[in-house]
Amino acid sequence: MPYHVIVIGAGSTGAATAHDLALRGFRVTVVERGEVASGTSGRNHCLLHSGGRYAMRDPESARECIEENMILRRIMPEALELNDGLFVALDEQDLSFKERFLAACEECGIPAREIPVKQALALEPHLNPNIRAAVQVPDGVFEPFRFCLAFLATAKHNGATVLTYTEAVDFVFQGRTVAGVRVRDRRAGEERVIGGDIVVNAAGPWAGRIAAMAGVDVPVVPTAGVMISVGRRWNRMVINRLNMPGDGDIIVPQRRTAIIGTTSWRVEDPDFIPIPEDHVRLLLDRAEQFIPGYTQGGIRGIFAVARPLVGRRGVAADGRELSRTFECFDHAADGVEGFVTITGGKMTTARAMAEKVVDVVCAKLGLEIPCRTRETPLLSYRAFFEG
Amino acid sequence: MPTWQLRLLRGRPGSPPRLETYRVELPAEAYLIDAVEKIWAEQDRSLLFRHACHHASCGACGVRVNGRERLMCITPLREFSPDRAIQVEPLRHFPWLGDLLVDVSPMMQWMAEIGFAIIRRDELTADRPLPGGIEQGTRFEDCIECGLCLSACPVMAADEAYLGPAALAAIERMLAEPRDGDTARLLALADDPHGAWRCHSAMECTAACPSNVDPASAIGRLRRRLIVEKFRRWIGGGR
Repeated sequence: MPYHVIVIGAGSTGAATAHDLALRGFRVTVVERGEVASGTSGRNHCLLHSGGRYAMRDPESARECIEENMILRRIMPEALELNDGLFVALDEQDLSFKERFLAACEECGIPAREIPVKQALALEPHLNPNIRAAVQVPDGVFEPFRFCLAFLATAKHNGATVLTYTEAVDFVFQGRTVAGVRVRDRRAGEERVIGGDIVVNAAGPWAGRIAAMAGVDVPVVPTAGVMISVGRRWNRMVINRLNMPGDGDIIVPQRRTAIIGTTSWRVEDPDFIPIPEDHVRLLLDRAEQFIPGYTQGGIRGIFAVARPLVGRRGVAADGRELSRTFECFDHAADGVEGFVTITGGKMTTARAMAEKVVDVVCAKLGLEIPCRTRETPLLSYRAFFEG
Repeated sequence: MPTWQLRLLRGRPGSPPRLETYRVELPAEAYLIDAVEKIWAEQDRSLLFRHACHHASCGACGVRVNGRERLMCITPLREFSPDRAIQVEPLRHFPWLGDLLVDVSPMMQWMAEIGFAIIRRDELTADRPLPGGIEQGTRFEDCIECGLCLSACPVMAADEAYLGPAALAAIERMLAEPRDGDTARLLALADDPHGAWRCHSAMECTAACPSNVDPASAIGRLRRRLIVEKFRRWIGGGR
C-alpha cells in the first residue's frame, strides 16, 4: 500500500480511525498535541451507551449505539465494565414516558425490560425507595483512556506510527491539495513536515480550528458539560432518569466511585473551560433525587469538557451528510483536496465513525478495501506501551 | 478569586531542570490539574504533562506535589494556601521526558507480563440473588496503573530491577483468582531476588495509592503465599 494517511487527534475518533486505516493496509501516522485522550475523550462520562438515552428522541443514533455496544463487547472487553443500566421513573411525569420508552427501545433493537420496583430496589438498595418504575438495559461503563489506547495499540501493531506531544500547526499544500502537515514536536521544540496523501481531521471540538488552517469551515459547536466524580459507589448499574435526556439525569459508576452528569452549554474555547458553580449544585441536587445521601461519599473531582456537536447549517443541502449522528466532510466540496473531517458522534460509536471516514478515504483514492474492525479483537491497551 | 502560585519543574533531558513559578487565578473549588492546564492554555504552550480523565480513573496525571505522590485531578487547590507556592515535580523512578512528563512504559510492560486479572465481579451485590441478565455483572479492578506507588517506594530508588509495588500487587491479585493463569510463572516472578522479598515494608505505596489497592498488604500476603509454597515443595520432596 503506497498511500500514507495522517490522522490529526488521538482521541477515540482518531484512535479508531488509525486502527481501521492500518487494518485496511494504509500507512498511518497519528499526530496528537498532548497525551492520548487528553481532550474530550478522556474527560468522558464513560457511558457505554445501550442507546436507551436516545431511543425516544433520536432512534437512528440509538440503533448505532446498541450495535456498537455489542461490537465493543467483543473487541475490547478489557476496557469495559458490563454492569447494565437502569432507567428509573422518579415521578408521574417520568412514568408517563414508560410505555413510549419501552416501545422505542424495542423499535431500535435495544433489549430493555421492565423489572418490578421491588426487584430494582433489591438490586440497587440505595436507590430512592419512591421510584415508580424501573427498566433495565445493556448500558455499560468504559475506561476512556484504555478505550483509546486499545485502538492505538492495535494500530501500532499493524504498522501505524503514533506521535503524541506533536501538534499540527499548519498544512502543506500542492496547489489546492493538502500534501502534508507541519507539526511541532513539543518535546524537542522543533517543527517538521510530514507528507501524506490524505489528512483526516479527527480533532473533536477542535476540528473547526484544524479545518480553518486549511481554509475550510467545519460547523463544529464546542458544547461543554460538567461532571462530578464522587468517592463512593452506591449503584452497581448505570442509573438514568426515565425521561427525555436532560441535565443531571445520569450516574455512571466506575470502580468504587461514580460520575454524576451532566450539563450543556456552548463555549468559545475548548482549551480551558471554567466550571460554573451553579452547574455543580444542580448535579448534586439531582443525584440526591436518585439516591438520597449520594454525595456523603465526598466529591472526588469536578471536571468539564467540550463535546463536538455538529451544526446543521448547509449540511444536507451539500449532500455531505453521511449520518445524522456524526458527520464526515470531504473538503473536496470546499475546493480542498486530500482533506476530510470526521466529527460529532459519541465515544460509543467511535468505531462506526472510523469505518465511515475510512470508506470515504478509500473512495477518494479509488480503492475498494472492506472494513474489518467489527470482527477484529483489539490488543490489550497495555500493548500500546511496548517498545 | 484567589491567585495560586505553582512552582513547576521545567526542562528537557540533556540539561538540568529548573523550577519556575507561575501565577494562576482559579476558585478554591478547582483542582491542581485545572491550574496546570490553565497555565498551559494561557501562559506556556510548551509545558508537558500527562492527563486524560480528570477523575482518577485513567492514572495519567501522577506527579509529586510538595514532595508527595498525588494525582493532580483529585488534588483540590483548597488544600493549599495562595501565599505559598505549590511545588509540582514529575514522578520518580521513571524515565523523564521533560517538564512533568515521564515514560510509564517500563511499568506497563511489567503489568502486561503479569497479565490481566482485571474486571472483577461487582462486590456491591455479591451476596444478593440477581435476576437474569446481570449475573455476570463486572467492574474494573481497582489499580489504575498510575505509578504513584513506584515513585513513592524507597526500594525503587535503590534497586532499578525491583518489580515494584504495582506489579507485585497485580501478581497477588492474579494468584487470588488465577482463572487459567500460569500461577507457577507468577510465583517465580514474585520469588525473584528483585521481587516480593525486596520490599522493606515502608508502606509508602499504600499511603500514596489513590485507588484502594493497598499494595503493601498485598505484598505481605504474597510473601506468606511464597513461604507456604516453599514448605509445600519441601514436604513434597522438592517436587
